[in-house]
Amino acid sequence: MSQPFMFEKPIGMRDTLPALYGTKRSLRERMEEKVEKWGYRPIKTPSLEFYDTIGNASAILDQQLFKLLDQEGNTLVLRPDMTAPIARVASSSLKEEPLPLRLSYHTPLFRAQQREGGRPAEFEQLGVELVGDKSASADGEVIALMAETLHAAGLKDFQIAVGHIGYVNALLKDIVGSEDRAGVLRRYLYEKNYVGYKQHVKSLPLSSIDKDRLLGLLKLRGGRAKLDDARALVNNGEAAKALEDLEELYEVLETFEVTPYLSFDLNLVMHMEYYTGIVFEGYGSKLGFPLSSGGRYDELLAKFNRPAQATGFGVRMDLLTEAIGETEENRRQTLVLFSKERRKEALADAKALRAEGQVVVLQDMTGVEDVDRLTEQFEEVRSFIGRSPKEDTRDA
Amino acid sequence: MRDQITIAMPKGRIFEEAADLLRKAGFNLPEEFDDSRKLIVDAPEAGIKFFLAKPMDVPTYVEHGVADIGVAGKDVMLEDERDVYEVLDLKISECYLAVAGLPDYEPTDIAPKVASKYPKVATEYFKQQGEQVEIIQLNGSIELAPLVGLADRIVDIVSTGGTLRENGLVEMEEIVSITSRLIVNPVSYRLKDARIDDMIERLAAVIEEEGTA
Repeated sequence: MSQPFMFEKPIGMRDTLPALYGTKRSLRERMEEKVEKWGYRPIKTPSLEFYDTIGNASAILDQQLFKLLDQEGNTLVLRPDMTAPIARVASSSLKEEPLPLRLSYHTPLFRAQQREGGRPAEFEQLGVELVGDKSASADGEVIALMAETLHAAGLKDFQIAVGHIGYVNALLKDIVGSEDRAGVLRRYLYEKNYVGYKQHVKSLPLSSIDKDRLLGLLKLRGGRAKLDDARALVNNGEAAKALEDLEELYEVLETFEVTPYLSFDLNLVMHMEYYTGIVFEGYGSKLGFPLSSGGRYDELLAKFNRPAQATGFGVRMDLLTEAIGETEENRRQTLVLFSKERRKEALADAKALRAEGQVVVLQDMTGVEDVDRLTEQFEEVRSFIGRSPKEDTRDA
Repeated sequence: MRDQITIAMPKGRIFEEAADLLRKAGFNLPEEFDDSRKLIVDAPEAGIKFFLAKPMDVPTYVEHGVADIGVAGKDVMLEDERDVYEVLDLKISECYLAVAGLPDYEPTDIAPKVASKYPKVATEYFKQQGEQVEIIQLNGSIELAPLVGLADRIVDIVSTGGTLRENGLVEMEEIVSITSRLIVNPVSYRLKDARIDDMIERLAAVIEEEGTA
């Protein structure tokens, strides 16, 4: 037999040691408390799902999926995101429940074969899905709740960028006409290649006014005034509707007092193809990657035969932990060290301390090789060793 | 933290040219950066800090957000797809990627080999051409490969063609033209938007002017 791998792990997999575990748990508890108070009920779905249902619906790149075969030869995937499984549950097990449904989750997700450090293949995500509510209040609620969870986690400096897929589509289509040609431009936006976008726009057989309109899209980044700039570029049916959505969203978020964290970014085009309307991303000042994202996906549930509009967000807990940057101190622990003659006494002592809420390690003397190394890890050490003083007096 | 801008750049000529552009755009950089062996250079008056990195590594620093902005060749961007905004063509260090080989090169039917520092770009190019080749990755002095028989052809950067000529190679096809680009980390692009947009606009104006001059 070959040597077992002691130190190596599969690419992108991480261990969570006690100190970090404690930090992550406390983050999660603070965030889950908020989510629960807003009436979102937690659910759990299997780690393994069918490739044909979840794999296809999830819009995570095929090469990023962990795939395996079950005994019947079906291809399975390790859950790459939570939106598709929740859509599946909302349309099957929960199909009798009236809409809107408010569901939440905290779960590991799996995305395979990232090429370098800082991109775990398994990471935890906390999020909510609000299914069956098409109102701007629903979009606002989800964004406000995301801000509140980030706040509760202790993230002080963050920013939320909000865009609208409908506006981008309407503008591109209004100018270049066909969906195909709009697709080329959208791809440049999605790849964040503005140089390529500008060069492509210059090469198109369009009037200089239309070219300027296309280039103007890149400048639609900033405060509420940008919505007026956006209206000046295109104001046909779909675009007007999108801008109306954003105006209304802004008003909702004003009521929620979230606008200080908000900026508009109308060229935000997300990786997830299923988004249809308002999309958003959250950023923390200490980390180069977006911490959270979400948006409206009004067509995904129809794929599972329960057409319903929906919106939601997900927070990458691994990135959030990094952005917050501090691990919590371990809780103060007491050691009760005993020898077997006084076990009963030691047990009673530990029990009393634990009842007071202390963390108590109970350790038999004979189970330890180096007592000094053990005791130095504790702030308080209580010894019950040798014969008890009471017995001594009785014996005498 | 929100005020200072960190820029990752390749050492040498590109750094000089980019610093020159920044000066023309009104950023108060020192006339000369004295110690050329330093990896981090401060320009406190302009509120800018520079990292000097290997050209291939610039997008990595920017994607991870340790640098807000970077100056990277399009060749690197094509080879190493990173999740960063490519916002401006700086139009400096112009060159192109090309296929080259010995003048007497004849296509063979037995596993044609191509050596390159850009295996991804090369693979993609030959796929588009419908030609089956095997790619061998090298890290420098690519011209050596056909001379010593490691590969039949190479895919490499050509600026003047001097290196090819000196080594008796000829250029066969041009793949794509290359210039240096200004790239931006997606989070910095939001959190430092005012400063970054200002820098982009000022640089764009300088580049426009130089282009028409």
